Amino acid sequence: MVALPDVEPATDRRLVDIRGLTVDFDMGARVSRVLHGIDLSIDKGEVVGLVGESGCGKSVTWLAVLGLLGPRAHVGGIATLGGEPLLGIGDERLSRVRGGRIAMIFQDPTACLNPVKRIGAQVCEALHLHRGIVGERARAEARRLLDRVGIAAAAQRMNEYPHQMSGGMNQRVMIATALAGEPDLLVADEPTTALDATIQAQILDLLREVRRDTGMAMVLISHDLGVVAENCDRVAVMYCGRVVEQAPAERLFEKPSHPYTRGLLAALPDLAGPTRRLESIPGNVPEPWNLPTGCAFAPRCGACRDFCTGTVPPYRAVAAGHLVACARAGFLHHAPSAQSSAVAR
Amino acid sequence: MTPLLEVRGLARHYRVRRPGGLWGRTAVLKAVDGVSFAIGRGRTLGLVGESGCGKSTAARLALGLLPATSGDVLFDGQPLSTRQDAAWRASRRKLQLVFQDTLGALDRRLPIGLQIMEPLDIHGIGTRAERLEKTKDLFTAVGLLPHMFDRYPHELSGGQRQRVVLARALVAQPALIACDEPISALDVSIQAQVINLLHDLREQFGVAYLFISHDLRVVRQVSDEVAVMYLGRIVEQGTPDRLFRQPEHPYTRALVSAIPVATPNRARQRIILKGDPPSPVDVPAGCAFHPRCALAGPRCRVETPALRSMPGGHRVACHLAGETAAAA
Amino acid sequence: MMRYLAIRGLRAILTIAFVVTFAFFILRLSGDPALLILSPEAPPEAVEAFRKSWGLDRPLWEQYLRYFVAIFEGNLGRSMRDGRPALDLVMDRVPATLMLTLPAFALKLLIGVPAGIFAALRRNSFVDRLVIVCSVAGHSVPSFVLGLVLVLLFAVNLNWLPSGGADNWKHAILPVVTLGTAGAAIIARFTRSAMLEVLGQPYVRAALAKGVPWPSVVWRHALPNAAIPTVTIIGFMVGTLIAGAVVVESVFSWPGVGRMLVVGVANRDLAVVQCVLLLVAMCMVASNFTVDLLYGWIDPRLRAWATGASGH
Repeated sequence: MVALPDVEPATDRRLVDIRGLTVDFDMGARVSRVLHGIDLSIDKGEVVGLVGESGCGKSVTWLAVLGLLGPRAHVGGIATLGGEPLLGIGDERLSRVRGGRIAMIFQDPTACLNPVKRIGAQVCEALHLHRGIVGERARAEARRLLDRVGIAAAAQRMNEYPHQMSGGMNQRVMIATALAGEPDLLVADEPTTALDATIQAQILDLLREVRRDTGMAMVLISHDLGVVAENCDRVAVMYCGRVVEQAPAERLFEKPSHPYTRGLLAALPDLAGPTRRLESIPGNVPEPWNLPTGCAFAPRCGACRDFCTGTVPPYRAVAAGHLVACARAGFLHHAPSAQSSAVAR
Repeated sequence: MTPLLEVRGLARHYRVRRPGGLWGRTAVLKAVDGVSFAIGRGRTLGLVGESGCGKSTAARLALGLLPATSGDVLFDGQPLSTRQDAAWRASRRKLQLVFQDTLGALDRRLPIGLQIMEPLDIHGIGTRAERLEKTKDLFTAVGLLPHMFDRYPHELSGGQRQRVVLARALVAQPALIACDEPISALDVSIQAQVINLLHDLREQFGVAYLFISHDLRVVRQVSDEVAVMYLGRIVEQGTPDRLFRQPEHPYTRALVSAIPVATPNRARQRIILKGDPPSPVDVPAGCAFHPRCALAGPRCRVETPALRSMPGGHRVACHLAGETAAAA
Repeated sequence: MMRYLAIRGLRAILTIAFVVTFAFFILRLSGDPALLILSPEAPPEAVEAFRKSWGLDRPLWEQYLRYFVAIFEGNLGRSMRDGRPALDLVMDRVPATLMLTLPAFALKLLIGVPAGIFAALRRNSFVDRLVIVCSVAGHSVPSFVLGLVLVLLFAVNLNWLPSGGADNWKHAILPVVTLGTAGAAIIARFTRSAMLEVLGQPYVRAALAKGVPWPSVVWRHALPNAAIPTVTIIGFMVGTLIAGAVVVESVFSWPGVGRMLVVGVANRDLAVVQCVLLLVAMCMVASNFTVDLLYGWIDPRLRAWATGASGH
């Protein structure tokens, strides 16, 4: 049983509300639970970061909300968009939400564009689906959108194919396609992981700019704590299918409370000051079908006590808006992470 | 004292057919175009740059795995043979390569213990008992548990496989290991484990590293010296501390400023470069970086800057270096 | 484009020349046509006269050169049996073969493609397993076995259809079904695996995330991509339209090109066999070329004439 946290009541600022979201994958021989009750909410215009290592369920959460996991996944719990339910409403209604009210972009932009269709046609398709524009008007609007996301010579690029463009350019196309539906929320799933450092900076900059103009909310899924720290208002840290900590970004990186969050921060090399030995988290992330009882992080945790392996620690507030799922949170000696003392120029 | 490995003016050019055109003109792709560096015994040189900058090719040239179009590689002061003769095989043992795809690097049908021992068997070093002993020592040294000896590669996690690959490289007692993005495929918490392991192995075995990565944070962590590559050339080289604190080349500055940092301090100055790196087939004239450089002047468009020394052993290939440092 | 066509054309001519050469020497080395056509007991003078009249007494290389020159003059030789031009004989048989292979080809496409797509869309369902079982069976059972089973069932036991011959359309049914079944099985398997691979691609998920309804995702995004590998195998089948029915024509004694080839080989009727092989080679080359052009049309990444060979 997962205790629900004492969250603030839903306000009219609330855009998406996820309560007790579970996902089970039917693997034939066994059913494996990859999400163990996710509670997460997104306010209008807010940027929420979702961090964690591979397999922690950060992408699965949003694929489940949008019904994109395929028939082998069984999704439970509640997800609402503006108070309307999202789970189990059927493909037809869901496909109006997808790309219309919640758009999603992914890690490998070149693989996410259809290789046999021209760029222009792929943007126009979204315009047709969500705004009902076709023909010359759609092409003009697509041109405007491509121009908006910083693609030079947009009119020419419309006639090109994805393989003729760079990864960074294709991610811009994906963003233009996402903007075509004028969504309230953009879910960016590792949008810059496959891109080079300078291109990553371009894309993150573009996303900031686009958000400023449109006021849409954004969920930024990333394994990179740096990317999340610099771009988000609020951050949720996930481990083994649970949110283990969430807080306003500044608070989280200043006063991380969960031993896992602290471990992740301590494992990052500094950018200034003398190099120190990295504090690594021992062991490996357990497989979803092989989770330890109690707190899933307990076997790797330096602060683990007997009771940690008994029950799953409840989610509780250690400060306003700062929720932690650790039985020992608040009792742990607070050591500021080496990262937070590093000031880069 | 001669450095362990020294490369001078290393270049590798490929002839490629240009797309389009009636008769398919050919062009020259300069993957690596005049790279020089030296690595001392037990030292680490970090090689950073974006994809396609030639850092992996440079490493393979330095190890003699690819024949160079021009330039020299000196190993222990001796030219490295590129013909596959006895001398080449001997140097192969001393120069090992480890890369990102650990599953591809290991034989899926062989238990990992035997794979680590294989180089010893091939070279017939010691008795079988001695070889086994040595392998088990290495097994512990890289942090693998003895009961994993008979496991197969797919039964291990990515971090564990990287340990196996490192152990297999170390078994031949190499003087240098080139690590090509050794941790890029690993999770953050596992990356730290492997970085620490690389450090410990260096202390223990006195091995030198040529460490290739696109992640500047990691390169700063492991390197004694860092070289930044752009389109086949080294554009800046120096100690990590100096290079990250006070980058001279505008490209390095952009790279350093683009590193996302997990600090609440958001007041960082970020340099956003325009456009993509040009294709290595169409390297711009003059300084290859000038089309993306905010500071480029007329000279940059014409004259290719040489890598020149600055005070303190720092080297930079920019006409404006020194002048712009004050402005930064 | 011009360069591409020139290279392709040259390669096609070389392929055909190779086939012709190969057939020429294999046939000459495998027995004396004179003895076979005249019977082994024929008097030596008659054999000698036969050899002289067909030029078989010349050195092998001279025969080969003469033959090659004749081909370029459009002269494919005459049948040693009845002296008629080989090309005329073969062309007389082509319509009969096409009467089998064209409907069979349509059958392959109409059954194979939808079955493959449907199986992929309902992966692991009953339908999918049925399609897999049928396609494995359909393409592991040799066509002469299938043909004989069909004859036994529909001609001998039920007596619904004739077992052989070519008098009216009823005679074509069993051979067409035999031919079509194996082909449909192969196409279904290819289509299914191509479709499954495409459905697992990130752009399919991305299209769904963009709000494209599932049927459109299948039709507009998945199918054009899955068509790329499927076209190869279909193109190959186009190439076998002329001579792909050798076994089936023999089983059903259908008077087509395939049967002519078998008979021709048995009789060492050199000109006829070579003529058939030339025709087959030309069909294969033409279908390969068509497949390549189709590739370029379907997949912009493979516009061979536009991209050239790049690489390291």
